[in-house]
Amino acid sequence: MEYVIKTDRLTKRFGDFTATNEITFEVEKGEIFGFLGANGAGKTTAMRMLCGLSIPSSGTATVAGFDVYKQTEEIKRNIGYMSQRFSLYEDLTVQENIRFFGGIYGLSNREIKTKSEDLLEQLELKNEAKKLVASLPLGWKQKLSFSVAVLHQPKIVFLDEPTGGVDPVTRRQFWDLIYEVSAKGITIFVTTHYMDEAEYCNRISIMVDGKIEALDTPANLKSQFKASSMDQVFYHLARGAKCSD
Amino acid sequence: MLILFGMPVIQILIFGFALTNEVKNSEIIVMDQAKDQASQQIISRIAASRYFDIQSSVMNKKQMEAAFKKGKIKMAIVFPAGFNEALLHQRKAQIQILADASDPNTASMLTNYVSSIIQDYQNSIDKAAAVPYLIVPEVRMLYNPQLKGAHNFVPGVMALVLMLVCVMMTAISIVKEKETGTMEILLVSPFSPLLVILSKAVPYLFLSLINVASILLLSVYVLDLPVNGSVALLFVESTLFIITCLSLGIFISVKTDSQQMAMLISLMGMFLPTVLFSGFMFPIENMPYPLQLVSNLVPAKWFYLIVKSIMIKGLGFSAIWKETLILGGITLGLLVVSLKSFKIRLA
Amino acid sequence: MRTIRFLLEKEFRQIFRNKAILLLIIIMPVMQLIILPLAANYEVKNINLSVVDHDHSSYSQKLISKVTASGYFKLTGYNASFKEGMKLIEADKADLILEIPHGFERNLVRENHQQLFIVVNAINGVKANLGGAYLGSIIRDFNNDIRLQLLPVSKFSGAAVIEISSSNLFNPLMKYKFFMVPGILAILVTMIGGFLSALNIVKEKEFGTIEQINVSPIRKHHFILGKLIPFWVLGNVVFTLGLLVSWLIYGIESLGNLLVLYLFASVFLLAILGFGLLISTFCDTQQQAMFIMFFFMMIFILMGGLFTSIDSMPDWAKIVSRFNPVSYLIEVMRMVILKGSGLRDILPQLGTVGVFAIVLNAWAVWNYKKRN
Repeated sequence: MEYVIKTDRLTKRFGDFTATNEITFEVEKGEIFGFLGANGAGKTTAMRMLCGLSIPSSGTATVAGFDVYKQTEEIKRNIGYMSQRFSLYEDLTVQENIRFFGGIYGLSNREIKTKSEDLLEQLELKNEAKKLVASLPLGWKQKLSFSVAVLHQPKIVFLDEPTGGVDPVTRRQFWDLIYEVSAKGITIFVTTHYMDEAEYCNRISIMVDGKIEALDTPANLKSQFKASSMDQVFYHLARGAKCSD
Repeated sequence: MLILFGMPVIQILIFGFALTNEVKNSEIIVMDQAKDQASQQIISRIAASRYFDIQSSVMNKKQMEAAFKKGKIKMAIVFPAGFNEALLHQRKAQIQILADASDPNTASMLTNYVSSIIQDYQNSIDKAAAVPYLIVPEVRMLYNPQLKGAHNFVPGVMALVLMLVCVMMTAISIVKEKETGTMEILLVSPFSPLLVILSKAVPYLFLSLINVASILLLSVYVLDLPVNGSVALLFVESTLFIITCLSLGIFISVKTDSQQMAMLISLMGMFLPTVLFSGFMFPIENMPYPLQLVSNLVPAKWFYLIVKSIMIKGLGFSAIWKETLILGGITLGLLVVSLKSFKIRLA
Repeated sequence: MRTIRFLLEKEFRQIFRNKAILLLIIIMPVMQLIILPLAANYEVKNINLSVVDHDHSSYSQKLISKVTASGYFKLTGYNASFKEGMKLIEADKADLILEIPHGFERNLVRENHQQLFIVVNAINGVKANLGGAYLGSIIRDFNNDIRLQLLPVSKFSGAAVIEISSSNLFNPLMKYKFFMVPGILAILVTMIGGFLSALNIVKEKEFGTIEQINVSPIRKHHFILGKLIPFWVLGNVVFTLGLLVSWLIYGIESLGNLLVLYLFASVFLLAILGFGLLISTFCDTQQQAMFIMFFFMMIFILMGGLFTSIDSMPDWAKIVSRFNPVSYLIEVMRMVILKGSGLRDILPQLGTVGVFAIVLNAWAVWNYKKRN
């Protein structure tokens, strides 16, 4: 069992507010790991620590074998990231964005060219290649962001609430993409507050008020809490939460 | 937000003390080839004056030229050999003044100062002759007897700072809403578009009034500026001017779409023109006529006149009703055009 | 290294795509450079004078015509009373009042001594000073004329005369524009460099794209360089345009070596851009960055020695101006363009600004945190 993410009592405090409270978990290579919880439960904070965007207050963690305190630059070389606030440059074209992000992750010109063509083909964006990203509908932006995030074949890709604001069909299409990428061996770490998306993951954890209250496969959790849907599981756990919507 | 309060205050302090049109402590050199009684006496008078700061004396022309090129001196005064002799026996002697006219203003002022020092010396050695038929001018300086720079600059900087802050902050805050899309939300609300925009501008009105108050307090107690006229009138006029600036800010915000653009226009586009056309740096009557007309469009120009009249000359409303009317007119004009443009965009 | 190439590609693409801002950056400075020097003029001429003549004698007439003939003064009032003269001053229609007392001519001849009263609106100290000085020298001249008239020449030969020969170096025609144009160009370049660089990183923060940069392996110094270079190029372009305008419209040609000028301008740009980037790393919103930049710009520009002389400032202000990069730029531009100063002459200024450039940019890189 190769673990690509390992944390041990990872904690983040902002003043006297503890956003992430001693979370301990492991993610296996090739997994689709869902990091669930209500807004404000501490998911994004946890993810940012794993990505090297935020220094933990205490506890340890390694990502792709590198320490999150001292080896963040190495971590960054091996991961992809897609944030809530779409990370593409709105005033550049689709093609220019692909070229930029390919380049800064060290892909050669030829690699950029071939991967770019493949990507455009796959997403059916060939006709939009020269259009500004700002002119694309939200669903396409999301898919593009994701594809750009995995362009350099990282070991792990972190997705922070990637499907916000689109219809269920588009969301399903997005998850198809995730499956394709996962099949190539890339580990997926995704946070979301859509409980139905939990069903798509291999294992999920549910955070409430900064702590992990449950960690298992969706099936096991449903039988454990005698629930018929993940929504119910979550409701059961998060009822008494202090930090939520 | 502390910045918004602190900055104008700090700026007035700095500029009030540091800016002056006077020429003082100018570095000059003296080439005394005579080294006699007369030349020494004149040189000591020059040294004693606060206008000049004599650097080490230099002996040859080349060194002098080098000093000018290095920007180390603004002027050189040369006393030819045998100066005193010539003065006593031939009744005529020459002094050569070389001024660095790359700064014409300083050059002419320094030349003037040296000339009057020399004139005074002349008069004093003529005392024996008890110069007959002497006309003595008695000069009285009004409003600013110590010729302090602050009297001229503080009203000007006040106008400049108020103008730039109000225009910039209003324009940017409204445009920010446009950029981030929250403007649409406001417009969909039950409030009329006019109210939405005004509500963005009003906080800056209060902020600016507080700034005016602090600037005035500082000017009076720290910079020793008088407020000879009515403080209430000053505040009323300031309010008017602030509203004018806010209207300008609103106007800019209606015409631009990005914060960057708004900033470029309000800061870069207005900073230098306001400094130059308001009249506190350079006298407007010196400008070519077409530019004088342009200066009439700059609200800061009218406000500067108003502030001078009230604060320093101590005059009342009767003296400034014309300027007030003009400011009011400009404000109205800007608001009307802004509203029209805004409505067109919505439609 | 390759990373920088991609960063630059992106930055330049973004800059050129924003046509409106590009136009503004080019057109605004050019227009300002064309128009503003025309307005910037400290020459004191057309001083408005009100004369209150209580004597109405031939002497007073002579004096008045001498004053108006000098070209410095414009007679805006020939008033019967001092009060009327004051009204003109209050309305800003007169800057000076010359009051000739009753019995001036008669008393001068009889008592050997007379007074003239001058009242000056001293709000503008320079105008007051120069106006007073001009009037004073005209009166002295007038006095000499009278003296020569009244006394036989032989008696007067007792007085010695010191002739002053004054020459104006580097700008013999005392053209004020030669002084202002390089200075205004310096300010325009400063504003563009400073403001654009200050906003740039903050804009990415506001839009969220900075996160994607922070999570990538881009090194901090590459990132800052990627922001520095495009604006450095832009700054140089604006500077060149400005020099062209100065030459075409004002006929100002640099006496000194243009390369020296460019060298200094380039280093200066690095310094001011570094400053903008540094501020950018401290702020979270464009509003904040703009306001802070505005604060510093005001100080840099107004205390830079363009409008008022640095020599006349109090000591503490002089120390402040040593940290003001703009004052060095203005000084050097004038030195090279108008006086033909060479590289060796400006080495101290070049060195200082170079140090600023290094310190500010290094600080910006150090302060930019990819994680917090």
